[in-house]
Amino acid sequence: MTTDQVSLRRRVKRSLRIQKLRAFLLVAPLLLFVLLSFVGPIIDMLFRSVENQLVGDTLPRTVAILRAEEIDDNWQPGDRLFAALYIDLSIAADVKNHTRVASRLNYEKAGIASLFRSTGRKIRNIGSKEYEKLFVDLDKSWSTLDYWEDLVADLERQAALPVTTTAFRQWQQDHIGRGNDVSKLDPNNAFHVILLAELLASPADVIAGLAPLHRENLSAIMAIRDQFPPIEYRESFLEFSNKWADRDVWTTIKRYSPRLTEGYFLNAVDLKKGNDGVEARPEQERLYIKIFLRTFAMSIIITLTCFILGYPVAYFLAGLPTRYANLFLILVLLPFWTSLLVRTAAWKVLLQEQGVINDTLVFIGLIDHANRLAMINNQTGTIIAMTHILLPFMILPLFSVMKTIPPSFVRAARSLGATPLTAFLRIYFPQSLPGMGAGMVLVFILAIGYYITPELVGGNNGTFISNRIAYHISSSLNWGLGAALATILLAVVVILYWTYDRMVGIDNVKLG
Amino acid sequence: MKRLTKLVAVTCSSLLLAGSAWAIDLTVVSWGGAYSASQVKAYHEPYMELNPDVNFIYDESAPEAVPKLRAMNEAGNLTWDLVDSIASDAIRLCDEGLAIEVDIDEMLPPAPDGTPASEDFGDLLVSDCIIPQIVYSTVAAYRTDVPEWEGRVPQDICAMFDLENFPGKRALEKRPINNMEWALLCAGVAKGDVYDVLETEEGQDLAFATLDKIKDETIWWSSAAEPRQQMADNEIKLGSSYNGRWFDLINVDGAPVEILWDAQVFDIDGWVIPVGLTPERQEAVVKFLHFATDTQRLADQAKFISYGPARMSSAPLVGKHETLGIEMGPHLPTDPDNAKNIFVYNFEWWADYRDDLDAKFQAWLAN
Repeated sequence: MTTDQVSLRRRVKRSLRIQKLRAFLLVAPLLLFVLLSFVGPIIDMLFRSVENQLVGDTLPRTVAILRAEEIDDNWQPGDRLFAALYIDLSIAADVKNHTRVASRLNYEKAGIASLFRSTGRKIRNIGSKEYEKLFVDLDKSWSTLDYWEDLVADLERQAALPVTTTAFRQWQQDHIGRGNDVSKLDPNNAFHVILLAELLASPADVIAGLAPLHRENLSAIMAIRDQFPPIEYRESFLEFSNKWADRDVWTTIKRYSPRLTEGYFLNAVDLKKGNDGVEARPEQERLYIKIFLRTFAMSIIITLTCFILGYPVAYFLAGLPTRYANLFLILVLLPFWTSLLVRTAAWKVLLQEQGVINDTLVFIGLIDHANRLAMINNQTGTIIAMTHILLPFMILPLFSVMKTIPPSFVRAARSLGATPLTAFLRIYFPQSLPGMGAGMVLVFILAIGYYITPELVGGNNGTFISNRIAYHISSSLNWGLGAALATILLAVVVILYWTYDRMVGIDNVKLG
Repeated sequence: MKRLTKLVAVTCSSLLLAGSAWAIDLTVVSWGGAYSASQVKAYHEPYMELNPDVNFIYDESAPEAVPKLRAMNEAGNLTWDLVDSIASDAIRLCDEGLAIEVDIDEMLPPAPDGTPASEDFGDLLVSDCIIPQIVYSTVAAYRTDVPEWEGRVPQDICAMFDLENFPGKRALEKRPINNMEWALLCAGVAKGDVYDVLETEEGQDLAFATLDKIKDETIWWSSAAEPRQQMADNEIKLGSSYNGRWFDLINVDGAPVEILWDAQVFDIDGWVIPVGLTPERQEAVVKFLHFATDTQRLADQAKFISYGPARMSSAPLVGKHETLGIEMGPHLPTDPDNAKNIFVYNFEWWADYRDDLDAKFQAWLAN
């Protein structure tokens, strides 16, 4: 091999590489756009179906105690648990995180939202007024943020006062997390209660090892410890609401405390976490499986009606000379240029009981006035309106495939003695199959995710799973459940697509 | 040369002046349609006349305000300055920490007689985050030309559940709220006990059993415009919607329809200020609210739409409809004649039970 050959090969390789790079750079903006605006958000949304950090992050102390306890029929929430809840909720209520965790837990047990909300409003009443006053009377600096900051700044003091330190740090972090300016805040008055409780529970020599300033201040507090009214956490909470004695509240907190949860997915298939593992929901709460099945069944019906109506139209268009075909294509496309809502409203006017079609039928005497047909606000209405809306997606691929079938094939079959039906079935139809496949996949996938039309004309039993997803995203704000439902829908569509590919082969699908 | 210097100096100073004349664009989110139009006429236009430096940008995303605000908050990119919201959404925004808590008395002017704003709004302050504007109601209405009724006229809300005396299609909202309460009232539950009963399994069954009676004859709506259209087309004989929609149908379209004020359910609509505004923007918003929610301005809104002003002190100032010339007082849900038997909606209770009952309601619908 001469050096010329080597350098030629190298040059060719290099120029190929440059070409490839250039091609990649050309698609890079699109790729980046798709990743950032489409794939990223979808993954983020899907992750919400299992994400559950809120409970553990907001109520860390309560959760830690609950995890260690076995909640059986004789279990009662103890003072230690309420003391932990007091710290958690005091911080949460100050940062306004308690209502968030309340809405999260309320998805699992109705009534928790108002329990947390009302307790959050009153929790400042527990001891703290007297405590704060006694502290500040001793030394004014107890009311300043700087002093508290200094108290927990030192490693030694952190080791001596771990509870106070973590409470203070969590309070700061949570405020920062909510975008609040910590330097402008007043220290939460629960800190006084927390600090004294910790001092009382610690060995006496804890203070002795501290820096002089803090040693003096803390000793002064300990000197008047008898003046502080003792705090009955359990009684105080039960006074706020006797729901705090309800074992179900605590099991719910415990059950939904891990950072990841399967709860949303269970809920999305009509199951729930019970005391002995997963169990079915009661009959009257089962909803989603039924709606999933209905969505699939109706999407299949819509796809079939689109095919039955669309095939002859495409066949007719494909047989026309181009200039006429274009004219008719515009008619097919016309619905695309009309607002979806207008078209749906038009169907209402046509199909309702006092509508145009019923009026006409009554007028010509086919049905009598008392027995007008119910064609809207039920499944029939959804099927009719959606078939109309999705029809172009069936006609266009069929048409473009049929355009490529040479008419001479059918003519040849006829001249060889085939009847028109045989010629169509054995020569024409098989060649139009790729268009049919494309049209059906397109219509089915569009139908299964439809939501506005079923919402408007679906009535009691003609709504789709997307309507429930929309409800959870925009009304109930239960994004976890909405994401779980959406994930299941996406998975089912992908599986169906994969099966279709295995059975028919996606290469046999042509859009034109 | 001197002239040039002078010119430059004049130009510079005028530029500076223009710059200091602090113009601000405020994005206000509301519901669109006749409702937004009434706000623009009653609040925004007069305010802009007084403050030419403020410019309003109108956004009609109020129906999706809660999820959008949540998304904006997570993305850290707030593009709204003020949001018009129904009370239940305001409670949710407040719970999620997406709306700021307001001190009504500090922020808003007192009534002309000196009553503090918080007392002037009274019970309507259902959330710490809401500044109420209007009271509207979800109320039943019926057609007056149904031959099958043989001259019977619905007297109370139970006509809705009485297919024997009042046959024909009816329209109710596709959600449990209001429907469950009405069903219980007509199943003989006393008004004060409704929510206690509804909290129990038996109470929910009772409500569903009552709704079962009319299930096949009911069209469920998700947009308040639907029952209005269906009533106009004679598709339904009885139905529920917002009182403003019925007012339009009766007084603008002249349809043979009457409002059945019995057991109307009051709801509140008001302003919420999103969390995360810069101090300057928040100041501009508060300044606008100070103006837009005073006694006179709230009364002015009733000139354009038949919703009741949220301040008690506004009631005597309500006049005639701007274009129809009708005296608006008797058409407001808060009018004493209309409010003889109101049902008070329990926001707190629904915040707790809404999702639970909604799932049951949807399951019931699907069966």
